[in-house]
Amino acid sequence: MNEAKEFVPSEASAESPASAEEFRSSVRRWLEENCPQALRGGGVMYHGGRKESVDPLVLQWFDACYSRGWTVPTWPRAYGGAGLDAEHARILREEMDSIGAPLPLNGQGVTVIGPAILEIGTPEQKLRHLPRIARGEARWCQGFSEPNAGSDLAALTTSARLDGDDYIVNGSKTWTTHGELSDWMFCLVRTDATAPKRNGISVLLLSMDAAGVSTKPIVLISGRSVFCECFFTDVRVAAADLLGRRNEGWTTARRILEHERSSESRPGGIIGSGPGSGSGGDGRTLSMLAREYGAGPDGRMRDPLVRQRIAEVEMEQRALALTQRRADEERARSGKGVPSEETSMFKYLSTELTSRRMETYLNIMGFQGLGWEGDSYTPQELQATRYWLYSKAFTIAGGCSEVQLDIIANRILGLPK
Amino acid sequence: MSLILDEEQQLLQTSARGFFSARAPISQLRALRDENVTDCFDRATWSQMVELGWAGIPWPERFGGLAFGFKGLGVITEQSGRCLTASPLISSIWLCGAAILLAGSETQKLHYLPSIANGRHLLAMAFEERLRHAPGEIDLLARRTSHGFVLSGGKRFVLDGISADTIIVAARICNSACDTGGISLFLVPRDTPGVTAVSTRILDSRNVASIDFIDVQVPDSALLGAVGQGPELLDAALDIARIGLAAEMLGSAQECFERTVQHLKDRRQFGVALGSFQSLKHRAAQMFCQLELSRSVVLEALTALDEDRGRPEIAKLASLAKARLGATFHRVTREAVQMHGGIAMTDEFDIGLFIKRAAVADQTFGDVDYHVRRYAELEGY
Ligand SMILES: Cc1cc2nc3c(=O)[nH]c(=O)nc-3n(C[C@H](O)[C@H](O)[C@H](O)COP(=O)(O)OP(=O)(O)OC[C@H]3O[C@@H](n4cnc5c(N)ncnc54)[C@H](O)[C@@H]3O)c2cc1C
Repeated sequence: MNEAKEFVPSEASAESPASAEEFRSSVRRWLEENCPQALRGGGVMYHGGRKESVDPLVLQWFDACYSRGWTVPTWPRAYGGAGLDAEHARILREEMDSIGAPLPLNGQGVTVIGPAILEIGTPEQKLRHLPRIARGEARWCQGFSEPNAGSDLAALTTSARLDGDDYIVNGSKTWTTHGELSDWMFCLVRTDATAPKRNGISVLLLSMDAAGVSTKPIVLISGRSVFCECFFTDVRVAAADLLGRRNEGWTTARRILEHERSSESRPGGIIGSGPGSGSGGDGRTLSMLAREYGAGPDGRMRDPLVRQRIAEVEMEQRALALTQRRADEERARSGKGVPSEETSMFKYLSTELTSRRMETYLNIMGFQGLGWEGDSYTPQELQATRYWLYSKAFTIAGGCSEVQLDIIANRILGLPK
Repeated sequence: MSLILDEEQQLLQTSARGFFSARAPISQLRALRDENVTDCFDRATWSQMVELGWAGIPWPERFGGLAFGFKGLGVITEQSGRCLTASPLISSIWLCGAAILLAGSETQKLHYLPSIANGRHLLAMAFEERLRHAPGEIDLLARRTSHGFVLSGGKRFVLDGISADTIIVAARICNSACDTGGISLFLVPRDTPGVTAVSTRILDSRNVASIDFIDVQVPDSALLGAVGQGPELLDAALDIARIGLAAEMLGSAQECFERTVQHLKDRRQFGVALGSFQSLKHRAAQMFCQLELSRSVVLEALTALDEDRGRPEIAKLASLAKARLGATFHRVTREAVQMHGGIAMTDEFDIGLFIKRAAVADQTFGDVDYHVRRYAELEGY
């Protein structure tokens, strides 16, 4: 599956749009036949690219989905998608969730930069990059943050100087999630050092295999290394790989971030699907855990305070899912296909909720939630504890909670800057 | 399955909004309070609402209704909340109307629902006996006699009890020995001998009555639903009313929030608008988020009623909505007072009326804690 394949829509996906119920039952049948049992509930996800070894079963599942255009269900068929509308895409997701099927393709390509290219890319960029993402050929990473440009992203200093038909990039990025495993980076660079902070920025699509790119991993408090520093020394990027307009990259970046935020907070996105959420991950809800760890003989939680915390988290989780559905419906009606400021609300609420959910998860496990390694703990316990640590990143990465609240206050409520 | 309003519902929303702000603005609540009107709502406004058909919105047409669904009624109730309009919507329509719709005999439905819808009749539900919401704890006795029942006991916190023509009473039926027999509901005309209601004006300038029942005789036909059906019936009717009240609270909280955001833009201190301070911005943004979540759960709960999703789903959604709105309404009004500063403490300024309503609405039909606990129980943990 790694060599380039032409996208040939299968017969099934060439059908005219089926009614919601017909679609649902056909999806259900197809999933029953095509989703490997061993993957159900397992939550292993493919992020595209070839720099990481991938379980053949995961690839088999990926290929099956790809043949239906379901690795990027809402994208046009010309780019490898299935051209589904929001409602059909939701049905597909719900059916996959209901049997615990992992997303066939995840990562910044399908969730963040793909939708942005779809929206603002040139026709050449769309043809060059989108089918590769859909086919799982290219894994993408995000090169925004720098050592001195975090929340104040516009302070970035990585520079790109035009030299003939190429830009020459110099500088460094940090906290780049899976930079070392990625094939491409969407990278924020300064193309005009004399302009005011936000006016001299551009977005480049940069090959991580280009000469002059190097990476160095960083270990997280959870013990894992998911991100790295990236260094650029005289890296050449074709001017055709400029996304959006030159020096207007700030607007482009804002849009990219909105896509990132909206994807993160979706069910199945990194945040919606961790342990204890009931979807993806270990497939269990907090209340299931509570029964396992803290129930009395009557099946009820022994500690009413813990019970209350669980109920509060689960109630908010339900309210948030309903709000996401309402936003989808509103978007569908208004014809505005793409999310906007509201993504800040979803980013804020879902990351804060995940953080609380993981606190509660740890609390339910008691001493069993304090293990680091060894046989005294189940793999599930160890994973949950580490995920609790990892979940601390959600309210920081992708724009910290405080920045989201600023955006809501300024752009939605219209409070003065 | 929709969480947004269709075109007709949007039209209804617009006309309801116009109606309440023109006919029943907050100044009306003040006037009712200052003039000590016994009903604590304006009968003329209520008649106009009835004329618009709003008192029968969810009932089937053969019971004098418009068959426009609970979502329709919710839309109106939310708008009444924006103006803090006091009316018998919650007591008579959402709660008692629902109880009759759920359990009334054909005769009872034909008798009560059309007369509620056309405004001739008001109902109130008498079930609270404790210091806080406890619909399961009923001591009021119904002693069986040869031709009916004799009720004795007391009720408190009967919403609009002083204005009602008929009171639905939750009582414990006593056969020979008083330890058996289930809780049941009875329809009791307000002027039945032995019924005395004392009105109390409460915090939010509305009325609740304490009602004594001293050897009140009622015929068998006064039973609403079957003997012993009271607990489920009361719970089911309360769930509908909880959802209605949550819709009203949503309107009130939204209005209070919008007034506060406006104030943050207008009021200047230290040479800048208050709203430019980040600590206030963030709290305003958090309130916005909570209100958005609130709107979704209210819409979902209303939709569930119209789709008749049954129990326990409706019960869960009722608790979800009531708990969330209780918390959000409290938060928004508390913040509104803080962010307005001194002016909010004056009686003349409206914000105080919102925080008073929040306190009452939260405790009515179960407060936040009650519904969080209930949600957990319904989920079985
Ligand atoms: C796990 C993880 C993965 C990441 N992946 C990527 C990636 O792939 N690509 C990438 O480019 N970046 C990535 N990041 C970086 C991330 O975007 C930044 O960490 C984030 O923008 C915050 O910047 P900072 O860490 O420099 O914190 P700072 O900007 O220094 O902020 C520190 C804290 O100060 C407070 N604060 C900041 N600004 C404000 C404000 N305006 N008002 C009030 N309080 C404020 C907040 O509490 C904030 O958490 C990742 C980060 C993490 C943790």
